[in-house]
Amino acid sequence: MTNSIRAEWTKFRTVRGWVIGLLTAIPLTVLIGLLGPLGSSFDCAGPNGAQCRGNTPPIGPDGTPVFDTFYFVHRTLTGDGSVTARVGALRDAEPWAKAGLLLKEGTTSGSRYAAVLLTGGHGVRMQYDFTEDIAGPSPDEDRQWLRLTREGTTLTGETSSDGRRWSTVGTVRLDFGERVELGMFVSSPQHLETSNTFGGRLDRGAPTVATTSFDQVRTTGAAAEDWRGTAVGIDPAREHEVGFTDDGGDLTITGTGDIAPIPASAGSLGKTAENALVGAFAGLVAVLVVAALFATSEYRRGIIRTSFTANPRRGQLLAAKAVVVGGLSFVVGAVSSALALPLVERAELAEGFFQHPTTWLTELRLVLGTGLLFAVAAVLAVALGMFLRRGALTVTAVVVGVVLPYLLAVASVLPTGPAEVLVTVTPAAAFAIQQSVEEYPQVAASYTPADGYFPLSPTGGLVVLCGYAAVAVVLAAIATRRRDA
Amino acid sequence: MSALHAEWTKAWTVPGTAWLLAGVVTLTPLLGVLAASSMAEGGDPARTSLLGVTLGQAAVVGLAVATVSGEYGTGMIRTTLTAVPRRLAVLRAKAFLVCMLTVAGGTAAVGASVAAGDALLPEGLSIAQGPVLRAAVGSVLYLALVGLLGVGVAALVRDAATAVGLVLGLLFLTPIVASLVSDPDWRERLLEWSPMTAGLAVQATVDLGSQPIGPWQGLGVLAAWASAALLAGAAALRLRDAS
Repeated sequence: MTNSIRAEWTKFRTVRGWVIGLLTAIPLTVLIGLLGPLGSSFDCAGPNGAQCRGNTPPIGPDGTPVFDTFYFVHRTLTGDGSVTARVGALRDAEPWAKAGLLLKEGTTSGSRYAAVLLTGGHGVRMQYDFTEDIAGPSPDEDRQWLRLTREGTTLTGETSSDGRRWSTVGTVRLDFGERVELGMFVSSPQHLETSNTFGGRLDRGAPTVATTSFDQVRTTGAAAEDWRGTAVGIDPAREHEVGFTDDGGDLTITGTGDIAPIPASAGSLGKTAENALVGAFAGLVAVLVVAALFATSEYRRGIIRTSFTANPRRGQLLAAKAVVVGGLSFVVGAVSSALALPLVERAELAEGFFQHPTTWLTELRLVLGTGLLFAVAAVLAVALGMFLRRGALTVTAVVVGVVLPYLLAVASVLPTGPAEVLVTVTPAAAFAIQQSVEEYPQVAASYTPADGYFPLSPTGGLVVLCGYAAVAVVLAAIATRRRDA
Repeated sequence: MSALHAEWTKAWTVPGTAWLLAGVVTLTPLLGVLAASSMAEGGDPARTSLLGVTLGQAAVVGLAVATVSGEYGTGMIRTTLTAVPRRLAVLRAKAFLVCMLTVAGGTAAVGASVAAGDALLPEGLSIAQGPVLRAAVGSVLYLALVGLLGVGVAALVRDAATAVGLVLGLLFLTPIVASLVSDPDWRERLLEWSPMTAGLAVQATVDLGSQPIGPWQGLGVLAAWASAALLAGAAALRLRDAS
């Protein structure tokens, strides 16, 4: 077997066109990746000559871009303390409209917080630092008691239907510093309607407001000052729609906005790591052409007869070709994505986009995953090439199988349902390995393949491609064994 | 004329030609049927039924490339050029042959797709309507132009697998890149310039204003790509040694 691999490696490296073709995949991946950000010089003069900066959302404590817009009625708390209130239900509001108790580092957007809150359609929750969400009970009362307590670094959210028997929604340890703002808030996210048809997607969003009552409000530990109202992050043009009234301790608050992470979305100014890897398609096509040629040109030139005479075990020849091309493609895929990720991300930042952050583990998965994607696709091309014996036919079949479904699913051609089927059952499912963004159950958004959300898990998607490659290898093994060369 | 006759004979005596034509005729309506049966309502009925053209064009590219590159693979090209020393006449004959085969296969494929759309879509689809007729005829022309693009690129690079990779890469990649460009002007420009999205604008029958480019202008863009490829291929064929 080592001998066959050495023989195949010699064949590969001595054909200059193949080596050049394979190496071309690296600059192709990087340059086409750069085309996205460099081709986007958006005009960012807003109303009143506002700068681009207005487009950049606040960044949460872990680097996630966030929505942090709401109406806050608050007092300053130093040290330990709590707030208790009876909150009126949000009737006819958005499912993720929120009203509740909030403890926040300050009134700056993006600062850390913990909240226990009542939602329009998802019951009582305890949420903190934007991405974290703990589900509590779903009450059917008109009013619900909530309590938020800080003792040292421990924050406890509790709920009760009668104000006497309390149950804990969540306890978290958060270190905020001594002085914080404590109080009540209301937010109500955009109403989102997505209409999906062939050839286009239309997202319609309209801002909404929610109003609810807070009575029997009690605070401990906080200064006994008047309640202060702050429109956090709300567009000054819409500040007249929000506010609060204080009727001898019974408050009514109207708010808009959301406190939540921003999910990735097609065409938004937020860029994901996989956006930086879009050039991988071009690189992949180059790799597939070389892999197909490597398998089929021996048939064209008749060298296959020499190869089979030199090593009569034909399965070994197939295996050796797969190992050589698969290994090389892995390296090419990993190197090109390792170069494209930082270079394209830098270009995106320079253009004024913001980024959905990834951990280094995710970036490693993206780099190695792209390598594996290239490798398995190349093995598929080699096996199919040995089976079909025609280079052009092989390249057509593999490119159509791997790239076309992705194009139809992602480039906004198909509605979401069929798009998800396509990236589940075709070899294009493997692109799930490049997904870096998370789906947030606490944010209503369109999580479609076009936005970067695949129905299969990263490894699940790669397994689908492996399945296709395995079938092709079996077909090729049977065919080379049975057929006259 | 004898050059065309020779090409015709070569094409029909290679098994690949018939298979690839069969591919165009079956794959195109197949994807159309899947698309039409998964559509609930709304959208563009003509575009839905003719979605298969995106798949059928791959077989057209294979056919076009095989007609040119096949001869380089076997060395047959030397015999061909000895028999017909006017090299451009050979390319012209090949281009004409690919056009003829694609128009024949494409007409059958598009006809079947429209019939399937009429049967499956709730609102039906009638070829008698002007825009639908334009979408159907335009789709056939689209396939023929993609074939010519394939002939040109294959004459330029000679190797079949490389030519197919280049043409399919050009067709498929630009829409993917365009979907990631945030600036609406640039996105529009990319969609206008890229052969597949511009060419397929001819299939739109509703909401023409939202298309990146007008139906016939879009086909014009694809025709420009195809002519550029043919010119480059002709120059290469004329100047280069055929080995």
